[in-house]
Amino acid sequence: MNHFDINEIRKQFPVLDQQVYGKQLVYFDNAATTQKPLCVIERERDYYLHENCNIHRGVHYLSQMATEAYENARKTVAKFINARQAEEIVFTRGTTESLNLLATSLGQLLVNEGDKVVVSAMEHHSNMVPWQQMLMRTKGELLVIRMDKNGVLDLNHYEELLKQKPKIVSIAHISNTLGTVNPVKKMVAMAHKYGIPVIVDGAQSMAHQVIDVQDLDCDFYVFSGHKMYAPMGIGGLYGKMEWLEKMPPYQFGGEMVDKVSFEKTTFNKVPFKFEAGTPNVGAALGLETAVKFIQSIDRQEVEAYEDELLRYATEQLAGIEGIRFIGEAPKRNGLISFVIDGIHPYDLGTIIDKMGVAVRTGHHCAEPVMTFFGIPGTVRASFAMYNTKEEIDIFVKAVNKAAAMLR
Amino acid sequence: MTIKEIQDSIVEEFSMFDDWMDRYAMLIEMGKECPIIDPQYRNDNYLINGCQSRVWLHAEKKDGKIYFTADSDAVITKGIINLLIKVFSGQTPADILAADMSFLDEIGLKEHLSPTRSNGLLSMVKQMMLYAEVMNG
Repeated sequence: MNHFDINEIRKQFPVLDQQVYGKQLVYFDNAATTQKPLCVIERERDYYLHENCNIHRGVHYLSQMATEAYENARKTVAKFINARQAEEIVFTRGTTESLNLLATSLGQLLVNEGDKVVVSAMEHHSNMVPWQQMLMRTKGELLVIRMDKNGVLDLNHYEELLKQKPKIVSIAHISNTLGTVNPVKKMVAMAHKYGIPVIVDGAQSMAHQVIDVQDLDCDFYVFSGHKMYAPMGIGGLYGKMEWLEKMPPYQFGGEMVDKVSFEKTTFNKVPFKFEAGTPNVGAALGLETAVKFIQSIDRQEVEAYEDELLRYATEQLAGIEGIRFIGEAPKRNGLISFVIDGIHPYDLGTIIDKMGVAVRTGHHCAEPVMTFFGIPGTVRASFAMYNTKEEIDIFVKAVNKAAAMLR
Repeated sequence: MTIKEIQDSIVEEFSMFDDWMDRYAMLIEMGKECPIIDPQYRNDNYLINGCQSRVWLHAEKKDGKIYFTADSDAVITKGIINLLIKVFSGQTPADILAADMSFLDEIGLKEHLSPTRSNGLLSMVKQMMLYAEVMNG
């Protein structure tokens, strides 16, 4: 394992070394997607240069090699989050597909007419709309855990909701708008007292925190590769084997079947029964390389560095006149959301873009969160391990300049 | 002034600035001077749908000419709609429908023309053209 060295890290990300509108790019939109290190790009390229083949069926050399590589990637991901076995990892296109899979399949298994599902007030649309739509069909009810004005979930209210005997709980590990780190281990234990399974949306946590699904004891953990230095189009769903075995398939087609006749089809075993069609093998290998990349650097040092970036950015922004942070939970990770009095986030984002600073503005696919705070959107700066304090200085200067123009 | 004359004068004004900051400063100024929509029309019926900032646009016909008013919660967006209002307000529907919009390229606002851009110019132009079509004749 290597010590964390920012200069070495940045060399791995050539995309950062470019100018936009004649200004050095400052990339603070990592919660939307992270950049990819050279090793990941090269891994996917190598796959298409030398190894490309459809997997699981071919008897020939290339197919066997590709199958082995793909299954090794599954093992690497399983170990990374401490799953009990590789088969507990289902490859998907990402968090959204994982959650849709669960809303459909776990929904079919557990949710009957009139049943309830619990989410929190700070969910991304991806962990809300699939449940809402499923519950519309079953005439059920979506129960929403309240949060306070700092963006902290109300666990007493959560306990009250659990007493209503919901069938599923699905919550974000880290909020994509507020940065709140939710106490998911505790929340899992609370739900398990009532025998309710818990899904954790790990889209914002995988790149930043060590995830141990056995320690969390969650029943499912879902994530996107592209938010953790891996290619787009790949992600995963961890599920406890006892659940995955009971759950019906989500999509049907090739790869996921056992025996097929016009009268009847039996399905392949876990995880293959959830992976209909040709998977994104190249991206899965890229994901494996991204995991190895994250593992190759001292994780405590990376976490400490990222925490320091967040602390520094918060401190520097705090001096801006009229600023209001959206999300002030004591435990936050990876991002800062804010608004400035009298200035629309879209205007601010447009102006600082011209200064080379890439941030996200708007509702961040969490409109109910914006409604809760009574704002049209926020400016969100989100960090990755390759960002620096110098970039934060440029960003803060840009915000100040833009605010002066817009006032 | 004809639409073409107004467009030419806008292009001339913008061409005085080399720097994007001055151009945006001008857009922001124009945003602040936008002829504001009557509050009774500042509702969803007059909203041009966008993802990030909202724009309301109202049109009325007087003596054969269309007069626009608008508002937006974002000042740059308001500047852009006011730019269009300057070009189209007080013109006949036929002239609006026949207008050539290539002046937008010349003032460096082309980036706002992308159809996927939130609150793109394009949807504003379309909405104004729609009013002109309905009020034509």
